[in-house]
Amino acid sequence: MSLKPVLESAGLDGWIIRLFEVIDEHNLPWLSALSHRCEQEFGDALVDLVPSYTTLLVVFNPLEVSPQQARAMICRILADLEPEDSTHTGEIHELPTWYDLSVGPELQRVAAQAGMSVSDVIKAHSQQVYRVFALGFAPGFAFMGLTDPRLECARLDTPRRLVPPGSVAMAGRQTAAYPTATPGGWNLLGRTTASLFDRNREGFSLLRVGDQVRFVPVSREEFEREGGDARPMEPLA
Amino acid sequence: MRHPANPEPCIEVLRAGPLALLQDSGRFGVRHLGVTQGGPADLYSWAWANHLTGNPWGAASLEITFGGLQLVAGRDLQIAITGADLGATIDRKPVPLWQRVSWKEGETLAFASPVCGLRAYLAVCGGFVAEPVLGSVAAVTREELGGFCGMGAKLATGDQLYVYNNGQHGGEGPEQAPREAIPDFGQPAVLDLLPGAQVAHFTGRSLFDAFNSWWQVDDRADRMGVRLTGPRLNCKISTLVSEGINLGGVQVPPDGQPIILLNDRQTIGGYPRLGALSPLSSARLAQCLPKEKIRLVAKGSEAALAEYRSFRAFFNTASG
Repeated sequence: MSLKPVLESAGLDGWIIRLFEVIDEHNLPWLSALSHRCEQEFGDALVDLVPSYTTLLVVFNPLEVSPQQARAMICRILADLEPEDSTHTGEIHELPTWYDLSVGPELQRVAAQAGMSVSDVIKAHSQQVYRVFALGFAPGFAFMGLTDPRLECARLDTPRRLVPPGSVAMAGRQTAAYPTATPGGWNLLGRTTASLFDRNREGFSLLRVGDQVRFVPVSREEFEREGGDARPMEPLA
Repeated sequence: MRHPANPEPCIEVLRAGPLALLQDSGRFGVRHLGVTQGGPADLYSWAWANHLTGNPWGAASLEITFGGLQLVAGRDLQIAITGADLGATIDRKPVPLWQRVSWKEGETLAFASPVCGLRAYLAVCGGFVAEPVLGSVAAVTREELGGFCGMGAKLATGDQLYVYNNGQHGGEGPEQAPREAIPDFGQPAVLDLLPGAQVAHFTGRSLFDAFNSWWQVDDRADRMGVRLTGPRLNCKISTLVSEGINLGGVQVPPDGQPIILLNDRQTIGGYPRLGALSPLSSARLAQCLPKEKIRLVAKGSEAALAEYRSFRAFFNTASG
């Protein structure tokens, strides 16, 4: 595999390193290797690293490193970058999920669109192991994929004003679980009891870019036993 | 961070006003968790407020947007107010800005409404006391992180604020900012834009328009970003795969009207960008009220770097 990386300025203290053009889980071992090399190379001058799908944003302290120096450091790294062994990267998480129309009202819509039964949609969504491509939108919100192509679905025309925490959702060929109550326009399939954003956890977020995630179907009883909030969604206005 | 030497609350919020937030320099090293930067929208004025009160770089001060805030001092304090002129008074007497002033026990400090600029900074000698969350006390309401309570809340009427007790004397810093250091927010802002990102994909006409037009600040402006209205900018790519976005990023959604991203922006985004404002121009933009006119000028990174380094060197050497 030959990389054709592109560097784009992200202001006085940042560079976007574009390694790929399209979303693919095979990008992750490269982005992970690039992140680790940047940590080593920049050391204390590193402020933030934001990996996302096809790119890495490197933010550095401009009092220590000029944009030109940072560019030269990045070019040195790219010259001999090798992907990490993907079997060793990323933690594996199982998210217990209660799939039900009362908490996942778009199950029906996704099923109808795919020409599948609701139970087949649940099966298709829960069988796959997803990779975390990016975190964003809200703290701990992990964009994962790719879903079974039959489940591909557009966002809602009008976003919900409030999506309950733990909601498991899909849009396009991506899936996610909402860590906190926020507005949101994704299709809801169910709800997980996993604590996605926990102030007592180091770094707060359960999921990191490169992690592997599987949604494990549970019954309502198991969901409630694990502390899940089974209150149904309000119908869309 | 040390525990407060004096656990007595020393400022009470009589009236909260629309938006007053505790801000240190921001939350760093956590953007990969989806956590935004936060910190003072006007870094320049915030730095001066700390400097005039003898506080080190990074000390927490209050960012007051629009005004409306009323506070009463529970003991004698030394303070400095910088940034916007929001008609601040102590017991109804106007407070001089950009200098250290005394605020005595029992006196009421009140902010009215914008006279010039949008955001004022109130620093107290010693600095405000709050527990850091993910390494920072910067209050981000949307993320429920930071601030006095740790949950990102803005100030509320009845809040008690704590101040470190070691700053009664105001430290070693100057008592007043020199006239030439005080920005004139009454003049139209001219903002330095470092071209970058997807600038090559914008049409020639759009690049000409971007740097040769007056832009108007839209009502849709907050700590996440400021929308501008003006000529429609066209990019040959309409959306990108979402990627990390930096402070001051100038993104252009398909409607062709730019949004300049500020401190509380989301960590990733998928609109093409012209580049990013310099840090000091992002700070200047944060003082613009809706309907104000601004200009964008292209600037090279070397000139912007020299300017930023001299800004930081001034504060680091002067406050030790």
